[in-house]
Amino acid sequence: MLKNTNNNSQTTLLQVKNISKKFGDFYANDDLTLSIEMGKVHALLGENGAGKSTLVKMMYGALQPTSGHIFWQGKQVSITSPAHARDLGIGMVFQHFSLFEALTVVENISLALPPSLRKGDLSQRIADLSHDYGLPLNPAALVADLSVGERQRIEIVRCLLQQPKLLIMDEPTAVLTPQEAQALFATLRRLVEEGCAVLYISHRLEEVKQICQDATILRHGKLVAEVDPQLETAATLAQLMVGASVHEVKRDTNNDVGAVLLSLTQLSQVSSAPFGVDLLAIDLQVRSGEIVAIAGVAGNGQGELFSVVSGEQMNPDQHFISIMGQVSDGLNINQRRCLGAAFVPEERMGHGAVEHLTLTDNILLSRHACNDTAASLDRGWLGIDRSQLALLNKNIGRDYDVRKSKEDATAASLSGGNLQKFVVGRELNRKPKVLVINQPTWGVDAGAAALIRQAVIDLSRQGSAILIISQDLDEIFELADSIAVMSRGQLSTTYAAGDLSREDIGLMMAGSHENHAIQAGA
Amino acid sequence: MQLLLEKRAQASGVMNLFSPLLAILLTVIMGGIMFSAMGKPPLTALYIYFIDPLTSWWSVEEVLVKAGPLVLIGAGLAVCFKANVWNIGAEGQLTAGALMGAIIPVMWGDWQSPLGLLAMLVLGALGGALFGLIPAWLKTRFGVNEILTSLMLVYIAQLLLDWVVRGPWKDPHGYNFPKSVSFEGWHQLPMWGDGRMHLGLVVSLVAALILFWVMRHTLKGFEISVVGSAPRAGAFAGFSQKKMVWFCFALSGGLAGLAGLIEVAGPIGQLQPHISPNYGFTAIIVAFLGRLNPMGVIFAGLLLAISYIGGEGVQIELGISDKTTQVFQGMLLFFILMCDTLILYRFKWVSAKTTEYNKVSAS
Repeated sequence: MLKNTNNNSQTTLLQVKNISKKFGDFYANDDLTLSIEMGKVHALLGENGAGKSTLVKMMYGALQPTSGHIFWQGKQVSITSPAHARDLGIGMVFQHFSLFEALTVVENISLALPPSLRKGDLSQRIADLSHDYGLPLNPAALVADLSVGERQRIEIVRCLLQQPKLLIMDEPTAVLTPQEAQALFATLRRLVEEGCAVLYISHRLEEVKQICQDATILRHGKLVAEVDPQLETAATLAQLMVGASVHEVKRDTNNDVGAVLLSLTQLSQVSSAPFGVDLLAIDLQVRSGEIVAIAGVAGNGQGELFSVVSGEQMNPDQHFISIMGQVSDGLNINQRRCLGAAFVPEERMGHGAVEHLTLTDNILLSRHACNDTAASLDRGWLGIDRSQLALLNKNIGRDYDVRKSKEDATAASLSGGNLQKFVVGRELNRKPKVLVINQPTWGVDAGAAALIRQAVIDLSRQGSAILIISQDLDEIFELADSIAVMSRGQLSTTYAAGDLSREDIGLMMAGSHENHAIQAGA
Repeated sequence: MQLLLEKRAQASGVMNLFSPLLAILLTVIMGGIMFSAMGKPPLTALYIYFIDPLTSWWSVEEVLVKAGPLVLIGAGLAVCFKANVWNIGAEGQLTAGALMGAIIPVMWGDWQSPLGLLAMLVLGALGGALFGLIPAWLKTRFGVNEILTSLMLVYIAQLLLDWVVRGPWKDPHGYNFPKSVSFEGWHQLPMWGDGRMHLGLVVSLVAALILFWVMRHTLKGFEISVVGSAPRAGAFAGFSQKKMVWFCFALSGGLAGLAGLIEVAGPIGQLQPHISPNYGFTAIIVAFLGRLNPMGVIFAGLLLAISYIGGEGVQIELGISDKTTQVFQGMLLFFILMCDTLILYRFKWVSAKTTEYNKVSAS
């Protein structure tokens, strides 16, 4: 027994034993035990809310465990702060970057380093290190000018400068093109060859199979399995994550495609926000019965496109947008809704819904303008028709399986997946002829995602035109009849989904189509 | 051990109601300390300040007369602040309304008809609204902060009034006093009681109740609270933020102008250099004390009205400066804003070890 422990301490870098974290009465982590070995990429798998972030935050010192112990290189430690974790040799790359866009690469890195590491020629060290690890970076470049992939490199280089023994990465490929992801994997392989350990958080099972040697799977805060991902299939991993086999989305490909219901013609717009993306000569047509997806890495103009198409931003003097055959550039979002369009924004909280409002009030948010209920919801001085709103809420809850603590709960009390089902259901309940939906299942559990995707397909097969903006290629291939790719404010031509491979899309995400677009415009 | 403020998972509904009461209690305690520091018996002084005004019909009437403009202006400001639009210049809009409404008695003193009074009321509201639209225009057109512009416009309106009553509108038979002609007949609001109660009180009550209904039940009220609390969701709902700024300034300015006209056509009866004991500023406190709810504003207006009468009371009976009124009002606003922290946060005693963790998670 004793010998065995000694053996372990040679290769085990970090071990957590019987660790639990309680928030109020809720166990976010319940009695977890796992070991991270030197020289391996260790995957941490689980759905949203499974407790991955909580566990990692405890390892990085941002949260303290309620009970249990952490061992670092065989010695029991209490990691009191992220600074302490960095001193031990733990680095972390977060999913959301904390960079100042108006500063250069070297200025950003310098801000985050302890004074001892700021000495000497930091620019040169950044250039050398990034070159060594195949993460090319120009230290003098302004962050605002860099792609998301390049920004991630800054975060990684920032960690590597501190020579970590353990690198924690939270969903690193969520923002990368397939090619950028491959480059990242090469860097990670290089790191583990040098003896570093990597804790890799993801729910993309194919890439876990590709680069990870160990995998720990969490569900509802509990550890459900420790497996060798090389011996599993994506399907068995998914089953372990979800706890049941996931409902397959059915799509009938022999759909009847009809008239063009939404069309964009040479849509161009200079961004009004600092560091916003300008839209350049976008052409797109969406027909009745068809689902068109716009793929692309976030931050390439998708948000700008959504606000122009939805009418949150109007351009009264232009003739770019036609909805149901009517020029709509000068119509506001409610006038476009009344033409038969519906919109689902990317962020459910604060944009699609207001957290402190009840569900019925949140229905009112997008449903008050057009008479698509039995009678108008807005009765002027007589007040809002609450009984109809309650009925709508009941129907949406039933049809889209919105699980809530009480019938008219506040939006804040719903989980991410249930709120997304509600926000999508609120629009689908109108049976819109045109639906524009941005990141339909972003950050949503597999069950809710399947329900939303099926509902979107069903709507299209009833003759609606649907435009999906997504950065999730699995989702795009599951839903779309045709695909276009967006990069730096330009949109590629639309291809039939069957004619494109992931690699093709990856190249277009990186901008391979941009020149053509400019030539076509010139 | 250390005392920390911890963010509540959900805003406390109990504290939302309890916080103003706690603020009033703290104000009274601080007031007592202040009186005893001045060498006056604190309990007697507090009695004279807060209770005495309610013990005779005459002073109750005075409280109601003071509450009228406070409720009328405060209800408009409550709506305004709810929408996250910061009109600090109700005092100026009040003055502008009084000036505009006074056109009729000053220029057409012979036009004696109920219509004349109606026209005065309309002009009063219109004057306040138009004056309120100046900061609205500056904000929507040039992005100028409305807090500064609306506040600065107060002094413009007050100086304009001062000039008018010393110059062009001075009563030619007024022994050179800086006053306009007295408003007579149909240019005065109907009065009753011992002579100070007037129609304006009914106007205030009805306006507050209407706004309560609008905020609570209509789409406009929903729009106001959504635009104020979640601007992006407001844009998704198709509510225009710019139009909201115009609407709020027109509404709160209009009500403040109406209040100003009611003062000069009611208790004062003519234009003079000073027509308001800072009703427009005190109404800001009324709006907050009333939880930005027009119904709550009715009660808050009555309480702040007592502070005016109580201030006069301690001046007469104990020889304390009537500036105590402003001290009390200032303390009240300070304590409300302080206690409102408890709606979103709660106190927590923590040991040194957990403190470390809180610092980390806050960083």
